[in-house]
Amino acid sequence: METTIERENGILVAKASGRVDGSNALEFQDTLEKSIGAEDKVVILNLGQLSYISSAGLRVVLLIAKSLQSRNTEFAVCELQERIYEVFQMSGFDQIISVHKTESDARAAFNG
Amino acid sequence: MPTPYKILVVDDEPDLQPLVLQRMRRYTRRGLYEFVFAHNGVEALEVLNDEGDIDMVLSDINMPRMDGLTLLEQIPSVDPNVRSVIVSAYGDMKNIRTAMNRGAFDFVTKPIDFEDLKITIERTLRHMEEWRDALSSRDKLVALQNELEVANKIQQSILPTEFPKSSDYEIFANMEPARDVGGDFYDVIRLANGRIGLAIADVSDKGVPSALFMMSSRTLLKGTAVGVGKPAEVLCEVNDMLCEGNETATFVTVLYAEYDPADGKFTYANGGHNTPVVVHADGTSTLLPLTGGVALGVLPGIPYRQNSVTLSPGDTVVLYTDGVSEAMNVNDEEFGLDRLCQIFESSPPNDAQKANRMVFEAVNNFAGEAPQSDDVACLTLYHRGRSS
Repeated sequence: METTIERENGILVAKASGRVDGSNALEFQDTLEKSIGAEDKVVILNLGQLSYISSAGLRVVLLIAKSLQSRNTEFAVCELQERIYEVFQMSGFDQIISVHKTESDARAAFNG
Repeated sequence: MPTPYKILVVDDEPDLQPLVLQRMRRYTRRGLYEFVFAHNGVEALEVLNDEGDIDMVLSDINMPRMDGLTLLEQIPSVDPNVRSVIVSAYGDMKNIRTAMNRGAFDFVTKPIDFEDLKITIERTLRHMEEWRDALSSRDKLVALQNELEVANKIQQSILPTEFPKSSDYEIFANMEPARDVGGDFYDVIRLANGRIGLAIADVSDKGVPSALFMMSSRTLLKGTAVGVGKPAEVLCEVNDMLCEGNETATFVTVLYAEYDPADGKFTYANGGHNTPVVVHADGTSTLLPLTGGVALGVLPGIPYRQNSVTLSPGDTVVLYTDGVSEAMNVNDEEFGLDRLCQIFESSPPNDAQKANRMVFEAVNNFAGEAPQSDDVACLTLYHRGRSS
């Protein structure tokens, strides 16, 4: 798993690739928590290159979503591969976290 | 010969003492258990202090001088390693919940079913042993691996190993733990009027905090199932309780169902868990529609829905965790639901244990040399139906 961070037009985009499971979920959490600062008002998690996410990985996404919500920062995930989308659907996470098809959809949602 | 486990029974009913001694004679004679008695909470605390080596407390709730719920609060200050089981009136949800919140490990309902009590005692003592073991190895904790072992032990200790059965149905469940991820559990709960509660669940993440979250999920689920009944309401209640003070965003996916052997009615509610499968007597399968609920522990106050189907004689319900459906082979392919249904096409099950074994065999054969990355759990219910 690898996580890269970019900032553009006041939007932070974190891109995760590979697999997130119990063996690297804490590393994933650590990277995200350290990268997201108080000044970031919009955070987009692009999971386009992610091939697998276990429940331990979902927990990290949930933790980030909750902590951003508590400080009024917008948050969305996007570009989910079919398998990942199914996991979001089954766990019901698509009902509580905004999910967009593409990164530009997600950006548009926040800019509009 | 090992020393017997010492169990303190606390009840103000004078009849209970001879009854327990008579019904548990087999175990006391063999030196497995030794019973001591107290008539209220105050006496119980005195006994705990004086004896100093009580392993387990079985306590009634309503008693003079000090009731069972107050006793529960006091026990840890006398001996934090004692495990308590509460005896409550059937469906007395409020007291059961309070007891669970105060650290009761389990409960039995009145009138006491001694077979059930025997199983509960065994499970509680097993849990206590694992717990003591875990504590002593946690003291020596040097690496993450140890912590995972502790979590695995807690997990193993809450899984039932005996299942209710009758001429109408059979139930079987099993779990194969992954080496370093532990989160799956299941439970089979006896409800009123011969109905059975069935639960299968998967706690996110691994380690001791998750194992403790698993323990509260299991006890809250059991307590609520007995008190509330309707699967959707059970998930609502348990979700709200799990959300309280859940700082680490740990969550649990749960499929909880209520099964009535009399008419085959199977009512289930889903909290973010996998699709239940019904295998019919002709080997075909039906995937039951999901009810759209979110995993538990995520967001308080959200609604859960339930759905009902009527099982035909010869139907087998297969509940499982994602360790089954997402098992990977060496080519990075997923086991998937199609393969799960295919298992039974040519040999429809007529036995819950056999059906269960078939699932594990198929998953293990499929995975081959690929490492098992997640727990694999499966619960099977075979509905024979009532011969009239």
